[in-house]
Amino acid sequence: MDVGRMFGEVAPPLWSGGPAPGGFYSFPGTNNKQHETKTHTMYPSTSGTSVVGLVYDGGVMLGADTLGSYGSLARFRNVERTFKVTDKAVLTCSGDIADYQFIREVIEQKVRDDEISGFTPVLNAGALHCWLTRVLYNRRSRFDPLWLECVVAGFKDDKPFLGYVDKIGTAFEAQEVASGFGMHMAIPMIREAREKKGNLTRDDARKLLVDCLKVLYYRDCRAHFKYQVADVTAEGVKIENDLNLKPDTSWSIANFVRGYE
Amino acid sequence: MEDSGDIHTGFQFTNFARNEKMVSRGFPMPVCRKTGTTIAGVVFKDGVVLGADTRATEGDIVADKNCSKIHYLQPNMYCCGAGTAADLEMTTQLMAGQLELHRLNTGRQVPVIAANSMFKQMLFRYQGHIGAALVLGGVDKYGSHIYSIHPHGSTDRLPYTTMGSGSLAAMTVFEERWHPDMELDEAKQLVRDAIAGGVFNDLGSGSNIDLCIITKDGANMLRPYDVANVKGQRVGKYEYKRGVTEVLTKKVRPIEIVSETVRPIPGEDMDTA
Repeated sequence: MDVGRMFGEVAPPLWSGGPAPGGFYSFPGTNNKQHETKTHTMYPSTSGTSVVGLVYDGGVMLGADTLGSYGSLARFRNVERTFKVTDKAVLTCSGDIADYQFIREVIEQKVRDDEISGFTPVLNAGALHCWLTRVLYNRRSRFDPLWLECVVAGFKDDKPFLGYVDKIGTAFEAQEVASGFGMHMAIPMIREAREKKGNLTRDDARKLLVDCLKVLYYRDCRAHFKYQVADVTAEGVKIENDLNLKPDTSWSIANFVRGYE
Repeated sequence: MEDSGDIHTGFQFTNFARNEKMVSRGFPMPVCRKTGTTIAGVVFKDGVVLGADTRATEGDIVADKNCSKIHYLQPNMYCCGAGTAADLEMTTQLMAGQLELHRLNTGRQVPVIAANSMFKQMLFRYQGHIGAALVLGGVDKYGSHIYSIHPHGSTDRLPYTTMGSGSLAAMTVFEERWHPDMELDEAKQLVRDAIAGGVFNDLGSGSNIDLCIITKDGANMLRPYDVANVKGQRVGKYEYKRGVTEVLTKKVRPIEIVSETVRPIPGEDMDTA
């Protein structure tokens, strides 16, 4: 063993010209150092944009478009980002689609395990929100986050519940919740409507939600006109797919714009 | 005219390297006063309505609770400003002067597009270092116009526009409710609601809402149009009433003047430090 090289390299090669144990073979001519530590991706690849949710008189409603963007490319135009967890909880995620699909499978298995073992209380929205917070916070503490902004909607103790969980573990409950651009554009709209009207009925909530998604389609570069709406009431969960808001958009402002000065 | 080689116009960047070094050694750079803002403008049937909030921030502190963000340019045009407060004040005052000279030179009302061109040419020349984002609005013989001008010098002519940190909240109101040929009251309510969206949902905007209505008959500045945030009344008085503290003893000792001397001090220059 060459003492002089003990501190300079990881381990002396077992055979000449080959890699150290656990290392990769370095091809002659390349000068990029092979990393031995695992590097976790810290950026989303295929991502979903805003989610909007609001509590109304008698339930919770969630809306999200069905676009999976690949950077600035509108790559997958029918990604269903909303999924029914149980009769009492619905989860919609924005952020990395791969991380959403992963967490969805974990949650689905969790629900199956509960059913199999005869654990009767069905997973409610509050419990799901709490569990998701812990998972996401722990992942971020290990510098390996699930790049998600989740909106959990449903019922907790017979009361409508709406919560938000972030990739860094920020979690809160509110009467109106949105992720991404929705936070800046949809939340002011919902707050204004609530101030004007007080109690929102299901029809009010539906109209407001679609208006929010429409304004987001106007002003968010990564939004799309195809969307889903999830409605959770005491009776259960109803998810509507393949909705289209393009016919309701108005582009007549184009008549008033000529050049830039 | 003698050209002194030492005079430089425009921004100087010679201290850039020194400043970077100072920051890396922990020197806290002073924050500039910004008008993290919500400003908006719409075109309605008879003219334009401009609106603005009244909060000026210095980092996370509210520097001015009631500053005026709608600046006078000409009797037929006003300009709302978002960005660095000093840049806005100086730029709009400079432009107001230039526009007045233009009016005197040509002998006629200045068209709004002239102000737009002057702003964009100046801001482009400074390549974005002047942090002024403006909503320019006015009425001239060619009609009613709203322009949005960005710090790098790009402009847009639109029927409705918003700028500033609260612009997204304000824009949602416009996207929902703007339509062509609105009446004055509807337009005022629309702009008020848009600015209120910014005031209540954006932390960089706050306090009151100012409006300015410009028609072919002139401009009407409504400041404040809506005092949206009223300071609360203090509920309790926390001072102790007289007589609560018991006086046990009282001793009065007059100051005795033992001696008096007068020493004249020679005149000093005023300390202007």
